[in-house]
Amino acid sequence: MTEIIAKSSGVHWPSDKVTTIPYSVYTDEAQYHLEHEKIFKGATWNYLCLAAELPDPGSYFVSQIGETPIIVTRDLDGELNAFVNRCSHRGSLLCLKKSGKAENLTCVYHAWSFNLKGDLDGVAFQRGVKRQGGMPEHFCKGDHNLRKLRVTEFSGLVFGSFSDDAPEIEEYLGSEISSRIRRVLKKPLRIIGHNTQILNNNWKLYFENAKDSYHASILHTFFTTFEINRLNQQGGIIVDSSGGHHVSYSMIDPSLSNEVYGNQNIRSAKDEYRLADWSLLESIDEYGDGVTLQILTVFPGLVLQQIHNAIAVRQIVPTSVDTTELVWTYIGFEDDDDAMIERRLKQANLVGPAGFISMEDGAVGNFVQRGIAGTDEDVSVVMMGGESAESQPFRATETSVRGFWKKYRSLMEGIVPNA
Amino acid sequence: MNENKRHLIENLMADYSAAIDSKDLERWPELFTEDGRYRVTNSEDYNQGYQHGAIWANSRGMLRDRISALREANVYEEQRYRHVSDAARLITEDEQNGTITVSSNFIVVRTMHTGDTQLFASGMYIDRIKFQDDSALFAERIVVCDSQKIDTLLAIPL
Ligand code: FES
Ligand SMILES: [Fe+2]
Repeated sequence: MTEIIAKSSGVHWPSDKVTTIPYSVYTDEAQYHLEHEKIFKGATWNYLCLAAELPDPGSYFVSQIGETPIIVTRDLDGELNAFVNRCSHRGSLLCLKKSGKAENLTCVYHAWSFNLKGDLDGVAFQRGVKRQGGMPEHFCKGDHNLRKLRVTEFSGLVFGSFSDDAPEIEEYLGSEISSRIRRVLKKPLRIIGHNTQILNNNWKLYFENAKDSYHASILHTFFTTFEINRLNQQGGIIVDSSGGHHVSYSMIDPSLSNEVYGNQNIRSAKDEYRLADWSLLESIDEYGDGVTLQILTVFPGLVLQQIHNAIAVRQIVPTSVDTTELVWTYIGFEDDDDAMIERRLKQANLVGPAGFISMEDGAVGNFVQRGIAGTDEDVSVVMMGGESAESQPFRATETSVRGFWKKYRSLMEGIVPNA
Repeated sequence: MNENKRHLIENLMADYSAAIDSKDLERWPELFTEDGRYRVTNSEDYNQGYQHGAIWANSRGMLRDRISALREANVYEEQRYRHVSDAARLITEDEQNGTITVSSNFIVVRTMHTGDTQLFASGMYIDRIKFQDDSALFAERIVVCDSQKIDTLLAIPL
């Protein structure tokens, strides 16, 4: 093995490149702890929820950044706020419900209460009871507000940051990623459902999987088994300059008509592998650009997916060094008619914990986690499509996986790796 | 609900669990009507009126496709379910089109090929049942899981 040039906690990187990844990065407790400081609380924007989850003044929604519990609120002025879901008195979880409406947030333990901007409003028995007890004269409520985060909204996505060093969201995303988010979330959203997939693996294994276009047609054989041939599919990968965000897309020739888009799934001549109900795949080109699939990631924990007319956001929530939750929110648009909603519900069979082309992703991270158990010394190899992390006009590549490690190592080690 | 119908419903429920637990999965779609509906949701989504299902079908064809995908396309570790459910309770009886809506409770225990066994799902079935030629079929089965969390993946239907 080459000279060890970088070391963070128990993890030894064999070189300054991003083509060999030490397995200990998925198992080392100290590394996981350090990720909270350098990544989740570092100069990043962490996806929290959809703005549509906070429809009215007084709405609140509970989320997470790393393992830190977060509350997002829409205050009585209609502004979004985010703060740690932890009472500033003795640290009790403040908000015990997943979502709801409230005028203020009152802790159940000793009834300190906070307004929806996170400011401490009331301290029970502050003046004592019958002039006995109470807080000292110099106690100042303004010194005991909730731990507030920066919060920003982009195309209906709400992000939070613990750090003043994260640039404004559009700069953080870069212009190509920004425009690909705007493309999908082009009008007011309607939520059509939720579920959460428990992943028995380190959070990074899922994030890498979402960025890994190499495995797509190999692990997921639904389209090939049923010989659903896809006409004129072209595609590529866009990696932003930081490496952390990516877009993978495939499209049919945009000069073909909408009818061709819908009928692109040429039926198999063989009878043995045929779908009984083809309506599953009857899609329409709602964006008018022929793009049938766009998977987009935002570092460190968001996946935005459009597969035909199935649109979803996935939030990657670490729950321990080797467990993760994947929070799925399935969406359509406010102006969808009944036929469009039904189309989205049908095509949602392709994705999610039971998805025809995604269920394997819930298990494969665990295959890796089990495969690397007890291993401190070995590394994985990420060389498909080269050694750098640039955008590429094809999908048989691991360029966006290398991009992930470029961003990851930049934050963890403070030096941009050779990618 | 007369005794005969109750008896047919009991048989249908027993067939359903047996088909899945004994891996006779091809039998599963045949317990639904031609335009039978099936959906796996969770109580949070169900109570808020969200229509999405982790599995969502509105035809027997879609259910057959689920099974052929499981057999031919999808990759998942060898596993089996054990259903335990209680007696169906009448919710409504629609005399006009001869359907009966019932609900029942269920738990599903999943055992992996490694021997690891876990309580995989619990919840409620809400069923609209149709009667044809002296047998009962599901016109609709909504699987309302108590939890919105699904461990690893949902391959075999609940
Ligand atoms: S811990 Fe919240 S009021 Fe005491
Ligand atoms: Fe995948």
